[in-house]
Amino acid sequence: MKDIKNDGPPRTTPIQSATFSQSINAEIRRAAATGIYDIRGGGAKRKVPHFDDLLFLGASISRYPLEGYREKCETSVTLGTRFASNPIKLDIPVTIAGMSFGALSGPAKEALGRGATLAGTSTTTGDGGMTPEERGHSNKLVYQYLPSRYGMNPDDLRKADAIEVVVGQGAKPGGGGMLLGQKISDRVAEMRNLPKGIDQRSACRHPDWTGPDDLEIKILELREITSWKVPIYIKVGGARPYFDTTLAVKAGADVVVLDGMQGGTAATQDVFIEHVGQPILACIREAVRALQDLGMHREVQLVVSGGVRTGADVAKCMALGADAVAIGTAALIALGDNDPRWEDEYQKLGTTAGAYDDWHEGQDPAGITTQDPELMARFDPIEGGRRLNNYLKVMTLEAQTIARACGKNHLHNLEPEDLCALTMEAAAMAKIPLAGTDWYPGKPETSY
Amino acid sequence: MQTIDLEAEGLRHLNATLHAQAENTNQTAWEVLNPRGSHAIACGLDAPIEVTVKGSTGYYCAGMNKQATVNVHGSAGPGVAENMMSGTVVIEGDASQYAGATGHGGTLVIKGNASSRCGISMKGIDIVVHGNVGHMSAFMAQSGNLVVCGDAGDALGDSIYEARLFVRGSVKSLGADCIEKDMRPEHLEILRDLLEKGGCDAKPEEFKRYGSARQLYNFNIDNAY
Ligand SMILES: Cc1cc2nc3c(=O)[nH]c(=O)nc-3n(C[C@H](O)[C@H](O)[C@H](O)COP(=O)(O)O)c2cc1C
Repeated sequence: MKDIKNDGPPRTTPIQSATFSQSINAEIRRAAATGIYDIRGGGAKRKVPHFDDLLFLGASISRYPLEGYREKCETSVTLGTRFASNPIKLDIPVTIAGMSFGALSGPAKEALGRGATLAGTSTTTGDGGMTPEERGHSNKLVYQYLPSRYGMNPDDLRKADAIEVVVGQGAKPGGGGMLLGQKISDRVAEMRNLPKGIDQRSACRHPDWTGPDDLEIKILELREITSWKVPIYIKVGGARPYFDTTLAVKAGADVVVLDGMQGGTAATQDVFIEHVGQPILACIREAVRALQDLGMHREVQLVVSGGVRTGADVAKCMALGADAVAIGTAALIALGDNDPRWEDEYQKLGTTAGAYDDWHEGQDPAGITTQDPELMARFDPIEGGRRLNNYLKVMTLEAQTIARACGKNHLHNLEPEDLCALTMEAAAMAKIPLAGTDWYPGKPETSY
Repeated sequence: MQTIDLEAEGLRHLNATLHAQAENTNQTAWEVLNPRGSHAIACGLDAPIEVTVKGSTGYYCAGMNKQATVNVHGSAGPGVAENMMSGTVVIEGDASQYAGATGHGGTLVIKGNASSRCGISMKGIDIVVHGNVGHMSAFMAQSGNLVVCGDAGDALGDSIYEARLFVRGSVKSLGADCIEKDMRPEHLEILRDLLEKGGCDAKPEEFKRYGSARQLYNFNIDNAY
């Protein structure tokens, strides 16, 4: 029998608050102690409705499948057919997103070029300009035209296979960039025309145009300088996809690149990454609707990014109406970022494999997001390129597997009708019927 | 002297013709008629040629210029000589916003006034303005020289890095981290040279120098533990 005197009356077990969770409280304490917000790399870590909330239906009596290994399922895509005399032809619809030299080491950029080239796709420069290694190892290289204009020059512009005017990024629509002094090596400093060792801000707005009417003239200038040869992409974060897509098309884009909130960044405030922008799932159909309303779907190509990881994700993007996808974080992981083999060193940095996101500090054990010569030497660009190519191949095979199961002989033939949604949220955002119904929230002519 | 009538022959013809001029061309003098405020006139040039535009231009005239000399016998719209690498651009009249934005090299001379954001994010260009400059000029200016013979508007040199600013008249206000600095003999030398290049008869001693206090160079962020 219990001795009430000794044990006391039964007590409520301690309950942690869902609102004031351990991690929230820890962040409050950190802020209180330091007086400064948290800066990190990567994308949104919170769970948001995503491609995992969609499923393919597969073939049935009304739709017949294609034979898995025997029957053709094309994967090629051409970007920039609207105005450019040399559009970009890619073998696969998975491209490598813009990641800056500065954020990434020279060898890491080289590996991205090597892997993309082996796989028959394009890679993209980033804030900080074009390096010769990257140009040399990339068969198709997209040159970013960013607000900072670091390293921007007409010679590199003319060496590019396409130009991407960056208006925003999914991780931080409305925000600029940051490269901390630790990562400013002599080479990075020289390319950016700034002193070594200082923290470099990248502006959030272009210095010489504001608004869609100016952008149209800026694009005219870029086309005149490059003799109307190469496609011009406009990259926007997932903020107002219908209007941004409409305005990008009006301004003369050949390609719209749309990056959702899960999209990675080299460095920005955590509060920005987690609280600004929409999940890519909510953006794709709106961008496609804008293109359709203008009669420009497939005429102006749509490239989407932000949390694309697998061939299934690629197939879902295509089914929702995209022409291609771009990957950033996944490509870095394929190269070896956050690999458990470096666990001991992640621990020393106060983190663990999979959670490491202080890329801006330049101490990356995997030698990818650093400018430290010793750490950089750990990373082999040839092996990195091979791994990236393997990964891109697997993604493509996976997407083809799904397309064939849906009876499609080209990834572009996937369509919204091939999908169902697992949750109400995903159904509403992607405008795909909830599994087991022919309904999604907001469907026209629905009576409640 | 080669003459191209922009109205009759079109922008593509004009720029393609100018781009086709080789390094050692002997057709060095070009005249552009009827610019009528058109955009992107003579942008992306890369040869030692001299182009005279007879009238006013729209946006981005002489954008990304290399080697060439471009004279505008009129006023220039926004972003004249943006991201210029080398060469010389001379505007006889006024220049609109963002003149010389992000320029890496060469000399931009504006004989009239320049509007706001003159020399924004400049990266090595020399800009000489005979008149005044508007607000937010030399915002985030990284390197190079901005000479203003008249007055400067609000927030001059906000968030400036290593560019040098010389102003003869008044400065309405200085932007964040921009301060007045001593004019040492070497600066007078640099300025004398710039004034001569810009065709100004002002005396270097009449100017004040402004530059970065270098207080914003390091953020000391992410003290995570
Ligand atoms: C390390 C790193 C650096 C990046 N640098 C740039 C950049 O310079 N310019 C840019 O437009 N986007 C940049 N991004 C964003 C990517 O281009 C892309 O939008 C994003 O990574 C896509 O989402 P994902 O990472 O989920 O694949 C960067 C992303 C990462 C991870």
